Amino acid sequence: MADVKKIATRESYGNALAACGAKYPNLVVLDADLAGATKTGVFQKAYPDRHIDCGIAECNMTGIAAGLATCGKIPFISSFAMFAAGRNFEQVRNSIGYPHLNVKIGATHAGITVGEDGATHQCNEDVALMRTIPGMTVIVPADDVEAKAAVEAAINHEGPVYLRFGRAAVPVINDNPDYRFEIGKGVVLREGKDVTIVASGITVAEALAAAEKLAADGVDAEVINIHTIKPLDEDLIIASAKKTGKVITVEEHSVIGGLGSAVCDALCAKQPTPVCKIGVYDTFGESGPAAALVVKYGLDGESIYKKAKEFLA
Amino acid sequence: MTNLELQKTANEVRKGIVRAVHSAKAGHPGGSLSAADLFTYLYFEEMNIDPEDPKKEDRDRFVLSKGHTAPGLYSVLAHRGYFPVEELLTLRHVGSRLQGHPCMQETPGVDMSSGSLGQGLSAAVGMALAAKMDGKEYRTYALLGDGEIQEGQIWEAAMFAGARKLDNLVVVVDNNGLQIDGKIEDVCSPYPIDKKFEAFNFHVINIDAHNFDEIRAAMKEARETKGQPTAIVMKSTKGKGVSFMENNAGWHGKAPSDEEFAVAMADLEKIDEELKKAGE
Repeated sequence: MADVKKIATRESYGNALAACGAKYPNLVVLDADLAGATKTGVFQKAYPDRHIDCGIAECNMTGIAAGLATCGKIPFISSFAMFAAGRNFEQVRNSIGYPHLNVKIGATHAGITVGEDGATHQCNEDVALMRTIPGMTVIVPADDVEAKAAVEAAINHEGPVYLRFGRAAVPVINDNPDYRFEIGKGVVLREGKDVTIVASGITVAEALAAAEKLAADGVDAEVINIHTIKPLDEDLIIASAKKTGKVITVEEHSVIGGLGSAVCDALCAKQPTPVCKIGVYDTFGESGPAAALVVKYGLDGESIYKKAKEFLA
Repeated sequence: MTNLELQKTANEVRKGIVRAVHSAKAGHPGGSLSAADLFTYLYFEEMNIDPEDPKKEDRDRFVLSKGHTAPGLYSVLAHRGYFPVEELLTLRHVGSRLQGHPCMQETPGVDMSSGSLGQGLSAAVGMALAAKMDGKEYRTYALLGDGEIQEGQIWEAAMFAGARKLDNLVVVVDNNGLQIDGKIEDVCSPYPIDKKFEAFNFHVINIDAHNFDEIRAAMKEARETKGQPTAIVMKSTKGKGVSFMENNAGWHGKAPSDEEFAVAMADLEKIDEELKKAGE
């Protein structure tokens, strides 16, 4: 995949906000002194009057967004996932979730691919936190195309949405004219009969790479991109599990409470199936280049391939 | 309204608080009663609102940041005509529109859900900011507890409001001096409250929470203040109007027994009599 175009989904986020600015006059963007990193600065440049820098005060930013939403605005609040979902959890739950306000949370720098900043800034728990909030939609886009589509879908969705973006550049895998984004609808990227690999976010490209390697060994893997963790496309996952009888989940997130847990919740009730969860195993991250960490934590194509072989043996 | 009319109305609001909390067998009478005069002034005199159209776009907004005093807000909303006064007796009952803490999706007239202390002021700031962005004239009022301002988020919101010169925002601090664990200065003193808001670039007015002349003058001064938000620090009596609840931290979050309820209502009836005589 050496010649594949790579773009960080945080870049896609900033670009999508700016692109939507003219079409949606009620769109406002809030940041907490990270506009350069979250890329909301791109929107700020185009629409300075609709970009509100709240300073280093994420909880207040969340409440301000709630107040703006009661007055008809469509606010996006931005920070690193650690703060947008972690520090802010109770503000998101009580000031946005409980009144079901139309606030979008654009969380960048999610997961271990934050890289060198290390464990304090590598949030592997945000999806787990956000999916417990009633009425919250949780979206983890896989690439630039999907991230941009998700931003506009979130604008058009009435109610709170959590969007998870990454810091590191990832391959563009959805750049085709047939691509359609619909909240809550998973996408079968590769059909297969021997095992189902369900992935989200930056691990989708890695899952596709693993499937290629498995194919060389004669294993026919189905790869499903679940960009919406909540509401989960249960029908698609159950149908695939029924067909293959074995499921692997892959996520750049703790295996506690994220995509893997959501998939298991769906399967255990309706289609009990052995599941191998691949993700961050109940540990904090650490400093290092993003690509090296992806390998160390077993989220690259080669590691997924090896785990799949063990699981299928 | 004249001061006497306001006093009579506030006494009815107080009766509604006591009846609601007694019916609920739980709730927060102390801080509801201390703010009853303020609730009355806001909803009967100060705010541009329409009970027939609770979500009117250009209405003034109110956020009860100290959300546990929902009985006070509900009582004033009911007496102002947002819903029947008898509905106050459903407070905290299963299926009621009157939740233990304000829920904007359930109760007509509630502009923001609140209850987790420290969060309401940020939402009020967002409303004031929306008015500024849209060039609208509506004003936003937030009521804070003096214990509540121990929450750090209050000062994040205050810093933003001062920095953004939100002169369409009025923050009222109900300084009744008591919180659950005792006197606020003993638990973790927030004093001096006025100096703190001044330091956050607010125009600050100190008043007596139970004097309608002072409330009226402060609200007028807030309207006339340009380029800064206003903070009104009102010295109040927790449990005001009910003899055995006054200045007693034990009545922060407790419902009266049937016997205590009878005494409380008799206290408030007595105030009615006095106000009636004063009007003759």
